[in-house]
Amino acid sequence: MSCDDKVDCGRRRLLVATSVAGGVAGVAAAIPFVSTFAPSERAKAAGAPVEVDVSKLGPGQMMTVEWRGKPVWIISRTKEMLDGLAKNDEKVSDPKSDRQMQPEYAKNEFRSIKPELMVVIGICTHLGCSPSEKFKTGAESGVEADWQGGFLCPCHGSTFDLAGRVFKSKPAPDNLEVPPHYYLSDAKILIGEDKKGA
Amino acid sequence: MAAANVEKYKSDGTVAGGLLEWVDARFPLMSLWNDHLAKYYAPKNFNFWYFFGSLALMVLVIQIVTGIFLVMHYKPDASLNSSGVPVAFASVEYIMRDVPWGWLIRYMHSTGASAFFIVVYMHMFRGMLYGSYRKPRELVWIFGVMIFLALMGEAFMGYLLPWGQMSYWGAQVILSLFSAIPLIGNDLATFIRGDFVISDATLNRMFSFHVIAVPLVLVGLVAAHIMALHEVGSNNPDGVEIKKKKGPDGIPLDGIPFHPYYTVKDIVGIVVFLMAFSIIVFFMPEGGGYFLEFNNFLPADPLVTPPHIAPVWYFTPYYSILRANTVNFFWIDAKLWGVIFMGLGVMVFFFLPWLDRSPVKSIRYRGPLYKGALAIFVVSFFILGYLGMLAPTPGRTFVSQICTILYFAFFLLMPIYSSLDKCKAEPERVTG
Repeated sequence: MSCDDKVDCGRRRLLVATSVAGGVAGVAAAIPFVSTFAPSERAKAAGAPVEVDVSKLGPGQMMTVEWRGKPVWIISRTKEMLDGLAKNDEKVSDPKSDRQMQPEYAKNEFRSIKPELMVVIGICTHLGCSPSEKFKTGAESGVEADWQGGFLCPCHGSTFDLAGRVFKSKPAPDNLEVPPHYYLSDAKILIGEDKKGA
Repeated sequence: MAAANVEKYKSDGTVAGGLLEWVDARFPLMSLWNDHLAKYYAPKNFNFWYFFGSLALMVLVIQIVTGIFLVMHYKPDASLNSSGVPVAFASVEYIMRDVPWGWLIRYMHSTGASAFFIVVYMHMFRGMLYGSYRKPRELVWIFGVMIFLALMGEAFMGYLLPWGQMSYWGAQVILSLFSAIPLIGNDLATFIRGDFVISDATLNRMFSFHVIAVPLVLVGLVAAHIMALHEVGSNNPDGVEIKKKKGPDGIPLDGIPFHPYYTVKDIVGIVVFLMAFSIIVFFMPEGGGYFLEFNNFLPADPLVTPPHIAPVWYFTPYYSILRANTVNFFWIDAKLWGVIFMGLGVMVFFFLPWLDRSPVKSIRYRGPLYKGALAIFVVSFFILGYLGMLAPTPGRTFVSQICTILYFAFFLLMPIYSSLDKCKAEPERVTG
């Protein structure tokens, strides 16, 4: 800004100062409006844990419960299903579950607390679709010839094995997430909370 | 543009003339009328392709009017009613079944969405045929691309409102795209949804954007688009400037006043368009599942994704580009590349005025290189659009990767091939 004869520098400075102050006030006024986009207190409180009775779940069956608006699958895996997992180790991108997609107590070869019961959030880590079950082994599921059973995401074709581990060269970057959960008794699981004092 | 009409209207002594004089002394009525219609001189050689601008404006009016009436009956509420159906979904069924003539208004609005994109894609292609984006019309084009972007947002948010299965899972996929952004992605996606999943909060904010925020922006952009156009004057199928040859009265020799010549011509276009529009609204409102997808007649179920989900047809070319990215490279995973390329696929249109180095504007005088490139681009766009409707297979993914490369090559190689091209000489004046 040049201060020549025609410009009253005092007034120009006042003009700049009021413009800056007005701009700051404008930005500050935008904060409450933009903040309303964040999840409300009610939405944050809605994530209450869910108690599930798994006594009626037969071997090889799966049930879906809703937790925080998302589908959570509880899969009762048979011995054959568990044996099939090891065969996938070479083909999945994170076989040892090194990435943080499960609580510490589920970081094992079956990604579960009890090997036969898998608890996992049924939301694809790619773009959030819910994969469909393809439990039949082999070509019958229409996935691939040496398929050991698992899940196929209908949106972009990501595949997961029965421990929710994502296969290599698929759009999904990570294994399916295992939610915090623990056993209230042999047949009751609480989904959404880690065991107290554990 | 005609010189601003500074002389105010003088009454001819009649009551109507007196009223007009009174208004014109207080409001620039005659100057607006003359600048934009009666003394806006447009080239005399407009052809079929020049219908689509006025058609787009008319579809915008249809969408706003039908939208106003739909909002009187629609409820943006994801909670379940006493029959266990989401209120929003039930309110759309209510409009279709119980509101007198509600089905007509709703089908006009849903068909209008597809019609809007058909008309706008044709309008954009016209610009590419005749070089309408070239100097001095860069800002006309930029406002146009902004309209296209706003329209995509408007269509996406509108599709969520019926709260059907495709509404829900389509929004789930598209809003999850934001989570691909490193570091802030997940928080940003939550911020946009207003919840940890697509929920009532998401539905309500999309409703607000769809019915008021984006339409206001759209109307403003349309005004800017037309004002910029009327400042520089319309291009034409020959791509030559009519303002270079003016008569002694200062009016371009090849210009004719927009009103009555093109208002009458555009009314013919509107009548033909409305005939086609009515056939779809009355006899095939679902458009074979392309205008209204069948899965969207099921209420949203957050626990089950439909076995095959695809966006509505007008998004499928960009959806294909998103899916074509399956390789991680440069430490960025495929998911983020997909989002980046999909965004670039739209944004690249902004740069068209500066990518084109051809000495001529119109396809009529361009050489074989540009004609070939444009043909390949159009074919790639259609193939991407077709593949975007189908479930992915390795073969289809490969074809969509090829087409994605061709799509971007059209733009990125344009500075090279458009300057190498063997063009014909432009005529001095329009050829009719």
